Amino acid sequence: MSNISNNDNNKEKSYKSIIRETTAKNASKRKMKNNLITVLLACFVIIAVIPLSSILIEVFKNGIGAFSFDFLFLPPGSIGSGGGGIGPAIQGTLMVVGFATLIGAPVGVLAGVFLSEYSSSSRVFAYILRLFNDVLTGIPSIVIGIAGYITIVLTMGSFSILAGAFVLSIIMIPIIARVSEETLKLVPNTLREAAYGLGLPKWKVVWHIVIKGSKSGILTSIVLAISRIAGETAPLIMTILGTSLFFSGINSPVDALPLRIWRLASQPYPSAHEQGWGAALLLILLVLSLSIALRMFAQKRSLTFKSTI
Amino acid sequence: MSLKDSKDAHAELVKKLDLRNKKSILGDKFFKGLVIGASLYTLLMVALVLFSLSEGSIPIFVKEGFNFVIGTDWNAVEGRESFGALPYIIGTLVSSAIAMAIAVPISVGIAIFITEMIPKKLGTILSFVVELLAAVPSIVYGLWALFVFRFWIRDFVEEPLHNSFGDYISIFAKAPFGLDVFTAGIVLAIMIIPIITAVSREVMKAIPHSQKEAAYALGATRWEMVKTAILPSSKTGLMGASFLGLGRAIGETMLVTLIIGNAIGLAAIPTSLFSQSQTLSSIIANEFNEAANDLHLSALIGLGLVLFIITIFINIAAIFIISRVSKSYSNVRE
Repeated sequence: MSNISNNDNNKEKSYKSIIRETTAKNASKRKMKNNLITVLLACFVIIAVIPLSSILIEVFKNGIGAFSFDFLFLPPGSIGSGGGGIGPAIQGTLMVVGFATLIGAPVGVLAGVFLSEYSSSSRVFAYILRLFNDVLTGIPSIVIGIAGYITIVLTMGSFSILAGAFVLSIIMIPIIARVSEETLKLVPNTLREAAYGLGLPKWKVVWHIVIKGSKSGILTSIVLAISRIAGETAPLIMTILGTSLFFSGINSPVDALPLRIWRLASQPYPSAHEQGWGAALLLILLVLSLSIALRMFAQKRSLTFKSTI
Repeated sequence: MSLKDSKDAHAELVKKLDLRNKKSILGDKFFKGLVIGASLYTLLMVALVLFSLSEGSIPIFVKEGFNFVIGTDWNAVEGRESFGALPYIIGTLVSSAIAMAIAVPISVGIAIFITEMIPKKLGTILSFVVELLAAVPSIVYGLWALFVFRFWIRDFVEEPLHNSFGDYISIFAKAPFGLDVFTAGIVLAIMIIPIITAVSREVMKAIPHSQKEAAYALGATRWEMVKTAILPSSKTGLMGASFLGLGRAIGETMLVTLIIGNAIGLAAIPTSLFSQSQTLSSIIANEFNEAANDLHLSALIGLGLVLFIITIFINIAAIFIISRVSKSYSNVRE
């Protein structure tokens, strides 16, 4: 590489000046520069950590006061009254995320199995699948929400939990596929060979040895995807709409925590803001505890999530 | 045991094995079909998004034609409908540009600091903390920015800038309010820092040790090693990382919706850093459920299509840059 030649422009300098460059005075100057830049970069880290700590502090400080039995289990009171709670939002988030996982997890894991176990026989298809997976990860969630609105809400004629679950499952699939591919590849080849040697057909090798052997890794991928979609708001606006009622059927709107936070924050009443902070506290507790547990677990198994951050 | 018996037993065994073989072939075929079906489903989803958006935006393109992309009006009133996406495209680009200008240097700096400047164990902890930023849902960022951060920005950054330079430099001219394209850009920057940092770290980790050692052997200080051995050869990869962050910033919705000020039409083109504006995604989030008529809805879907096309190009560019870089390094290492 020619990078080192950056310093070559002093070729024409005289012998003396080269000597001078290496004298103690100059060396201390270079060291000083080195230290200055180290401090500057440390400041960058601090700049990134300040918002995180401020968010956590503010959410706890402002949200903890809203917590009560009523807050967690009652439907919202009339606008501006400050009464009621976020019961429907909690129920809705659990249901939408649950249904989304029912669709997204099997599809994602099976796509991961294809990428890890079957891709050697059809490289072009695997390449296209990986590319489309990455493309799918990059599509803004609100765009996926519009697609869900056109395909499900318009066809069914109503906002529904199905549309929300469908949209969130599209966001889950590429995450699960990528991470489960990674964990399946961690299964040592000798295990596969031993199973083949015993005369097992391929699907049994894949099912009993590869998939069952990396159960925890696959679970990790699913939980990672859940932690990612639990906070999604934009695609839910045009699929489940949000309501102040509890779940009342497969073809009526439902509520969700992030949607409720948005509505509460948009109201001009301090009591609504306090409830919004409370809902945010609940959401952040859910998402952060999931992702902290995941990263600790993943570090132990030396998994990386670089493609899914 | 007679010869006949053993022959019978043999035939039976062959039959059994044959059946088992057939069963396992059937099982193989079924399972492979399942796996390929799931993969096709993934491909289908991308196609579904593209086709449904295109179909939904036909009415607006029929009415406005190319004017939809370059027009600046936004009027949903019956009989006077006119829809132009240009202000929101500009709003999107400006807020993302501000985000990139802040996030890229900081993220690359953090990546250098974590991979090269400090012990590995401390680095793991720090990167863990930075990545937690990525786990915070964007609606929570929005809430925090709306009720806390915008006052910091208004009082400690925008007002000093406005008071000292407002009279001479036009981008500081407007009286700051806190809910503007500048605040949105900064919070977007905070959101994409963990993404760019994570990918940059991967890129830097892939640089062969021999290069770093060569720089050290020539007597370079740590920073000189970074400057001569790491930054030049990871330039392309860092660009890919930035593109990934850019894709995320452009598509981000909720936090922008809460803090960009939600101007409409011509007013959404930011004339200064402290102007209210609107992005493609934020206007969709704001107006989708209140669409006055089918044409209005189609216009919003059309905005979604524009957003989709912009992000697709950026993401594919990022994917190709990053994959090319990681390939060339794996060759070097071999």
